[in-house]
Amino acid sequence: MSVNVSMTLNGKAVSVEAEPRTLLVSLLRDQLGLTGTHVGCDTSQCGACLVHVNGRAVKSCTMLAAQADGAEVKTIEGVARNGELHPMQEAFREHHGLQCGFCTPGMIMSALDLVNVNPDPSESEIRGWLEGNLCRCTGYQNIVKAIQAGARAMREGGKSS
Amino acid sequence: MTDTGIGAPVRRKEDYRFVTGNGRYLDDMNRPGQCYAYFVRSPYAHASFTVDTSAASKMPGVQAVYTGADIAASGLGGLICGWTITQKNGEPHIAPPHPLLALDTVRHVGDTLAVVIADTYHGAKDAAEQVVVEYEALPAVTSVTEAVKKGAPQVHAEAPGNLCYDWEIGDKATTDAAFEKAAHVTRFEVVNNRVIPNAIEPRAALAEYDSGSDEITLYTTSQNPHVARLVISAFIQLAPENKLRVVAPDVGGGFGSKIFIYLEECVTAWAARNLKRPVKWTAERSESFMTDAHGRDHVSNVELALDGDGKFLGLRVSTLANMGAYLSTFASCVPTYLYATLMQGQYTTSAIYCEVKAVFTHTTPVDAVRGAGRPEATYVVERAVEEAARELKLDPAEIRRRNFIQADAFPYQTQVALLYDSGNYPGTLDKALDLIDYDGFAKRRESSESAGKLRGIGFSSYIEACGIAPSSVVGSLGAGVGLYESAQVRFNPTGNVIVYTGSHSHGQGHETTFAQLVSDRLGVPFDQIEIVHGDTAKIPFAMGTYGSRSLAVGGSAISKAIDKIIAKGKKIAAHTLEAAVEDIEFENGNFTVAGTDKQMDIASVAFSAYVPHNYPSDELEPGLDESAFYDPANFTFPFGTHVCEVEVDPETGETQIVRWAAADDFGNIVNPMIVEGQVHGGVAHGVGQALLEGCRFDDSGQLLTGSYMDYAMPRADTLPPMQIATQVTPCPHNPLGVKGCGEAGAIAAPAAVMNAITDAIGTRDLTMPATPEKVWRAIQSTR
Amino acid sequence: MYAFNYQRPTSLDAAVKAVAAAEDGKYLAGGMTLIPTMKQRLAQPSDLVDLGRVVELSGIRRDGDALVIGATTTHAEVAASEEVRSHIPALGHLADHIGDPAVRARGTLGGSIANADPAADYPAAVVGLGATVETNTRSIAADEFFTGLFETALGDDELVTAVRFPIPKRAGYAKFPNPASRYAVVGVMVSEGADGVRVAVTGAGPSVFRVAEMEQALAGNFSPAAVERISVPASGLNSDIHASDEYRAHLVTVMAKRAVAAAAG
Repeated sequence: MSVNVSMTLNGKAVSVEAEPRTLLVSLLRDQLGLTGTHVGCDTSQCGACLVHVNGRAVKSCTMLAAQADGAEVKTIEGVARNGELHPMQEAFREHHGLQCGFCTPGMIMSALDLVNVNPDPSESEIRGWLEGNLCRCTGYQNIVKAIQAGARAMREGGKSS
Repeated sequence: MTDTGIGAPVRRKEDYRFVTGNGRYLDDMNRPGQCYAYFVRSPYAHASFTVDTSAASKMPGVQAVYTGADIAASGLGGLICGWTITQKNGEPHIAPPHPLLALDTVRHVGDTLAVVIADTYHGAKDAAEQVVVEYEALPAVTSVTEAVKKGAPQVHAEAPGNLCYDWEIGDKATTDAAFEKAAHVTRFEVVNNRVIPNAIEPRAALAEYDSGSDEITLYTTSQNPHVARLVISAFIQLAPENKLRVVAPDVGGGFGSKIFIYLEECVTAWAARNLKRPVKWTAERSESFMTDAHGRDHVSNVELALDGDGKFLGLRVSTLANMGAYLSTFASCVPTYLYATLMQGQYTTSAIYCEVKAVFTHTTPVDAVRGAGRPEATYVVERAVEEAARELKLDPAEIRRRNFIQADAFPYQTQVALLYDSGNYPGTLDKALDLIDYDGFAKRRESSESAGKLRGIGFSSYIEACGIAPSSVVGSLGAGVGLYESAQVRFNPTGNVIVYTGSHSHGQGHETTFAQLVSDRLGVPFDQIEIVHGDTAKIPFAMGTYGSRSLAVGGSAISKAIDKIIAKGKKIAAHTLEAAVEDIEFENGNFTVAGTDKQMDIASVAFSAYVPHNYPSDELEPGLDESAFYDPANFTFPFGTHVCEVEVDPETGETQIVRWAAADDFGNIVNPMIVEGQVHGGVAHGVGQALLEGCRFDDSGQLLTGSYMDYAMPRADTLPPMQIATQVTPCPHNPLGVKGCGEAGAIAAPAAVMNAITDAIGTRDLTMPATPEKVWRAIQSTR
Repeated sequence: MYAFNYQRPTSLDAAVKAVAAAEDGKYLAGGMTLIPTMKQRLAQPSDLVDLGRVVELSGIRRDGDALVIGATTTHAEVAASEEVRSHIPALGHLADHIGDPAVRARGTLGGSIANADPAADYPAAVVGLGATVETNTRSIAADEFFTGLFETALGDDELVTAVRFPIPKRAGYAKFPNPASRYAVVGVMVSEGADGVRVAVTGAGPSVFRVAEMEQALAGNFSPAAVERISVPASGLNSDIHASDEYRAHLVTVMAKRAVAAAAG
């Protein structure tokens, strides 16, 4: 048995058949080749798999692909436009908010979600918001700095996620 | 300094691909027709077993089910330990066999006994459940203190009493004599908790076999692909090195755990050749918890002898080190040459003796994790120093000052084999005191108290031995390999440069730092320099990345190759400009004839090197492409002082780190932005060990902390912003004057945290991780 | 994950019928617990009936002196709701501290209480605020709903449709989170409403429970001092690597005190 999953993915309509037990992250990575979304754990804690579904960051490892039918889905591959980095991506680069890069897509998707609900987050609000994103490399300090700078750039540039 | 040269905080070359989701990690790769491997792991810590694969073999899509018997029949060798420790009695350590798949006995939860290869991931997992294993549970032992007792369950028949080795360093008689004349002795038991490395990318392997050329290509999550190829070829005997290519693509963090050669990559490669189909395996996080080599796990008796003025007369340490169920690739050298040799710390302690018993238990193998031995040594020394200060009612900064090796005393021969090359320990202490505002601490403590909180401050003046290391030294100590590094600097005809380095990058930013180095030395624009690493088919034989060695050893190899490029360039320029080689000078990318305005830029030299129409062929070889191997003269010795301030909630026992100051000396710095990031990450790792991360087994050997539901990792709110400063005392023996910075934070942090908490609560009886309940109980015990 | 059939009904009736007709059907709401459990192969339902398109199950509305929150309303929606913030801010605070933001974006009230995890936050709200659980067949008082470890009064196929929270005069929630999972090691909801004072504790025992002695003390004197000397017996409480029963008992008092302080504002 398979289910049809039709969704808007990074602004484009896609329609695929998947086994019901296919997780959204597997659909994205294995069937659609979007490997920027990562899997770092099996208990929904590390946040490497964050994508936006209908404008909110969710853990794509803890969601069936079928549950995304009819949804707007955005992955890290859909954040930059025409090769130009989004201000949040630029801020991660500028403030050395990444080292090995594995958690980074999830961090950026989480940061964009935060700015959507809170355009001017304080340092402690950012630290609290990242509760579901683990990074082993950076000690988080530069991630926090990057998100503050990215949020500022988005406010100034009138950009959304 | 140019804006992309040495010393500039250049933004990283690698980041564009990572922030756009275009990194290429192992699990992102797939090959047409690939199968999936799923391993069958023991749920018991110790059991004998029989296995029946007949049902699993008949499941849909299953290509093969292999057991230990199949591996044995194929003639493959087992996993090895690459460093042999010579015991007190002159005998080599005991390294029991470690088959790729267990034959009849499993020795830790997660020990691996079979593998299913199937067309799909789900199919492999479904079939793995149909592998019938009859276990007969046997008694297990998990703690080192239990494992050395008479009558303890035995892990290997080859290792009576579970002893892997009994080893010593230092002068016992002199040390005992120092204790005889001591005015004061500080004594206590120091436990260094077991940690699980937890790189966020799980380990993975993807192997393919080309039957036309009889070549295996193994993609694997490795910090050192050439070492992996060497071991898999020479010891596993899967294929000769010339028929085996190992590639480590973008790797999502290592922290030591991806140095080692693991069974999964060997079995995956073997299966790919057997089946003539690509085979892929990616660890689930629960497998990472059970099978990535763990770290630390020491229990030590520590005694520090002092005279009436608080001078350290002697240090006596006796340590039990947990090796787990098998000896991992470099496990044996961690609690010996990476640990006991650091007992001198930053001090003039005149007599030191350390003995170490390495012990097998029914637990996951233990090996190097960020810092590897040096965090354990720093924890012993710096906890003891701080306790002694409290017992003698001396200021913790003052007791350190009285005992520091002075800046004019280098080179300094320690009591435990190492020769410190350079240092200025009072300098980093003073910087750290400034950063933390030590003078204001008493006031801050008062204000915490008025808010019902207990405030404490803790120091850690650490030293590490990095840039591992001279081959002659490690060879004499039992290493099975040399520890040089290699580099090749190749100009292309159009003047851009490709650098092939043996130092693998998995977060360290080599693509940027190394390019800065090349740009600075050769005057080639930063953007025209490409750094290639991680592929045995491209890079020269090399030892890889660990022990904070990439810049000190790998960077020095690049520097040596650059010297050769410049020397060759001078010959070419001399020929072209019709001058004597001795008259050619090189600066800012230009070769000039001294005292004239005749010059030639390096791009023109490169072009000429590949279009050598008028070269005297007997004197001048075409090409501008040079290789070098660099074998360091000594370790490097980064050092510094970290200071931690905590607030403890006495009602719940919760600890909040409220201030962190770090003053480190890494020698010369190529990219200060990257160095700062390394310190941040190291400190968070060390704070994780001190406050959150404690691997726990129950009495039967079950892993109780087998997921992020139970194993607490540092999060964004674990630490406040850290205050960081650096001091520069260049390393005198490598061409760059650099030392290494990747492990410093993890080495320094645990002692600083624990010294701060014990200062806050007024008792030293507290072990890591200092969980709220432990701290709460410790507070109760003082009331 | 084992294979299963997937169904996506658009009405409550169809959802209930689908589960009833399946060999071993399960409702799927946010999936924050069910999907990880299935990934670990600890559950093997024959059918998953996705409630995502049953719109009548979602939403927050004021109904007289109560807030009625639909079963598939997410934690994020509860935390962000103006109705909740102005009438039961403690409930919004609780919802805002479940898991992490991405979990709150998917996890639901109904899913949480039907699962009855001993360390979940919502059971403390349901009992501590004296709520009523509405199902497709009946109303169940909070005190009757949670019956044990992962056990509720729900029958086979019975579906939580909404929870009716009476608006209290004041309420507060204090939680001591597990350092790894962020579930509650101990969470205490304290409220004072039309029916008196309630103190409900989650995380500490096999199931959420009330502390009568604290409730009596607070009825006379609604202040942190009233509960600071009242402790619950340690025996019978949960004990694990994160917190012993004795420490949990201690935390119940500390969290109760803090919850009262939060309620007293």
